[in-house]
Amino acid sequence: MIFSEKHELVRKLARDFAEKELTKEVLDQIEETGEYPKELLAKMGKAGFFGIKTPVKYGGQGSDYLSYVIVLEELGRASAVTDIWVSAPNSLGGGPLMLAGTPEQLEKYLPPIARGEKIMAFGLTEPNAGSDAGGTTTTAVQDGDYWILNGRKTFITTAPVADWCIIYAKTDRTQKGSKGISAFIVDMKLPGVSCGKAEHKMGLIGCPTSDIILEDVRVHKDDMLGEEGKGFSNAMKTLDIGRIGVAAMAIGVAQGALDESVRYAKERKQFGKRLADFQEISFMIADMATKLQAAKELVYRAAQLKDANSPEAGPAASMAKYYATEICNEIAAKAVQIHGGYGYIREYKVERIYRDCRVFTIFEGTSQVQKMVIAGSLLK
Amino acid sequence: MKIIVCAKQVPNTNEVKIDPVKGTLIRDGVPSILNPDDANALEAALQLKERYPGTTVTVISMGPPQATYMLRECLAMGADEAVLLSSRAFGGADTCATSTTLAAGIRKLGKFDLILAGRQAIDGDTAQVGPQTAQRLGVPSVTYVQKIREIKKNSIVVERNLEDGYEVIEVKMPCVLTAIKELNEPRYMTIAQIEEAYKKEITIWNENDINLAPSDCGLNASPTQVFRSFTPPPKGKGEMLTGTVPEMAAALIQKLREKHAL
Repeated sequence: MIFSEKHELVRKLARDFAEKELTKEVLDQIEETGEYPKELLAKMGKAGFFGIKTPVKYGGQGSDYLSYVIVLEELGRASAVTDIWVSAPNSLGGGPLMLAGTPEQLEKYLPPIARGEKIMAFGLTEPNAGSDAGGTTTTAVQDGDYWILNGRKTFITTAPVADWCIIYAKTDRTQKGSKGISAFIVDMKLPGVSCGKAEHKMGLIGCPTSDIILEDVRVHKDDMLGEEGKGFSNAMKTLDIGRIGVAAMAIGVAQGALDESVRYAKERKQFGKRLADFQEISFMIADMATKLQAAKELVYRAAQLKDANSPEAGPAASMAKYYATEICNEIAAKAVQIHGGYGYIREYKVERIYRDCRVFTIFEGTSQVQKMVIAGSLLK
Repeated sequence: MKIIVCAKQVPNTNEVKIDPVKGTLIRDGVPSILNPDDANALEAALQLKERYPGTTVTVISMGPPQATYMLRECLAMGADEAVLLSSRAFGGADTCATSTTLAAGIRKLGKFDLILAGRQAIDGDTAQVGPQTAQRLGVPSVTYVQKIREIKKNSIVVERNLEDGYEVIEVKMPCVLTAIKELNEPRYMTIAQIEEAYKKEITIWNENDINLAPSDCGLNASPTQVFRSFTPPPKGKGEMLTGTVPEMAAALIQKLREKHAL
């Protein structure tokens, strides 16, 4: 795809930021301590990375999905966990609000999220409701002006540091499956809200994930998000959009793996030749680059369709997420192979990439769920 | 306060390669960037704008039409407006013709309080255009500014970097200051300002718009003649001395004497 000058400038911003801020020292330190530096988050907020598509009047940048994709791609090229911090407010945090929030809710919650002052988590997944998100067993029972929430959410990104969380709960237990689910904006400081211990993840170190436990949490009815019973549709629409974000991370991270492989293949010598001079290695790199370019085109197309409000955007996002995350894993595996033993060592970037991208084919809809969406759009 | 920033689009010399046969720069496919020292000049202007409400920052550049991209970057960092002086007549300008053209453009912009420019551009490295422009406009200039200390009623106090220290200079305004990288750290653009930058018009003026005769600009008005350009031959390999420190020191002194360096 050929980009407009405006989008080239967005890319320049994100690339300059990544080159200057996401240095090896900083990233190694995150990996070591598990802590993401607060100053770095503040700088990202200033550059506008947390509210890329959020309207200017709600403290955002008023840009589009293509800009969002470009930012994730360029930052992800250096650091996958940075992309998690950027996508969270743009997608799973701000997304449900922008889809269903009342003017009062938008006014109250969106600006601090878009500026990075507050963190909104997204609480959909439960221990027994993963891909089958309609199987939610968290409940909300009305009591006067309040709803009383009980249940447990799991694998919630940023939960331990979140100020608020959007919780999907069953408000009508007479309804089966995904029906009768409503969304609530829950203040994490409310009595009865607690978090499980932060999970020890394989990768994406530096952004905590934990359970959220809700015990008789009283949420005011003004904090119901969207209409009663329309929660599942809100969650699905949010994920529709979120998929473009994960796909964008995948092309960025894969580009990082390809960059490292090209550099290493030119430097490293064996049998008196550069690795790049072995056809087996050079063909691996040719394969990686070609598949990556194909993935990029799918991702850019999905973003453009979304910007044009096309009904094709949903399946296009699923195709982009499915393909980009699968080939990202393939490219990362090849990058480790090209690096040989060094690729298995923490000091080398491809080792981190290999662990970080493993979850891309899993979260925000597994590859298998994406295939369900794609097939469903063709065979309905 | 009205501030004018002079900026130039330059090839990113980090990525420039030399044609080994012709000995010239290979400019094809080399990305163009905002000249680094000019980014410091713009940052200084934007910091003053934050400190003194009502301040406007106008960026002016002379260059080909594609230099609007660099000017959009300046807008996306926070400049209020941008002017590009662009015409075939301006082509081939040396520093003398460039400063004549910039001064004419600045006169057309009207009254100003402060002009900020980068010390020098990374493609020419002359450091002449800033002071020359000041001379043509009849205002004082301070080069190598490393810090802006304070703004008084009609003057500004700055630190001017020297090889072994700095001097503190109070200069009457309006004036020209040229910035070095020690002055500040240029800010990032923001996405919202990138969006805004593409909604703004960039004013483009040619020689007629700024009342310059074609004989006063471009190659016609450039006394500098490039006699020959060449790539200096690479330096020979250094010689590593071995032995104890006194032995190496003695060997070094001997060598320097042989070369009549001592």
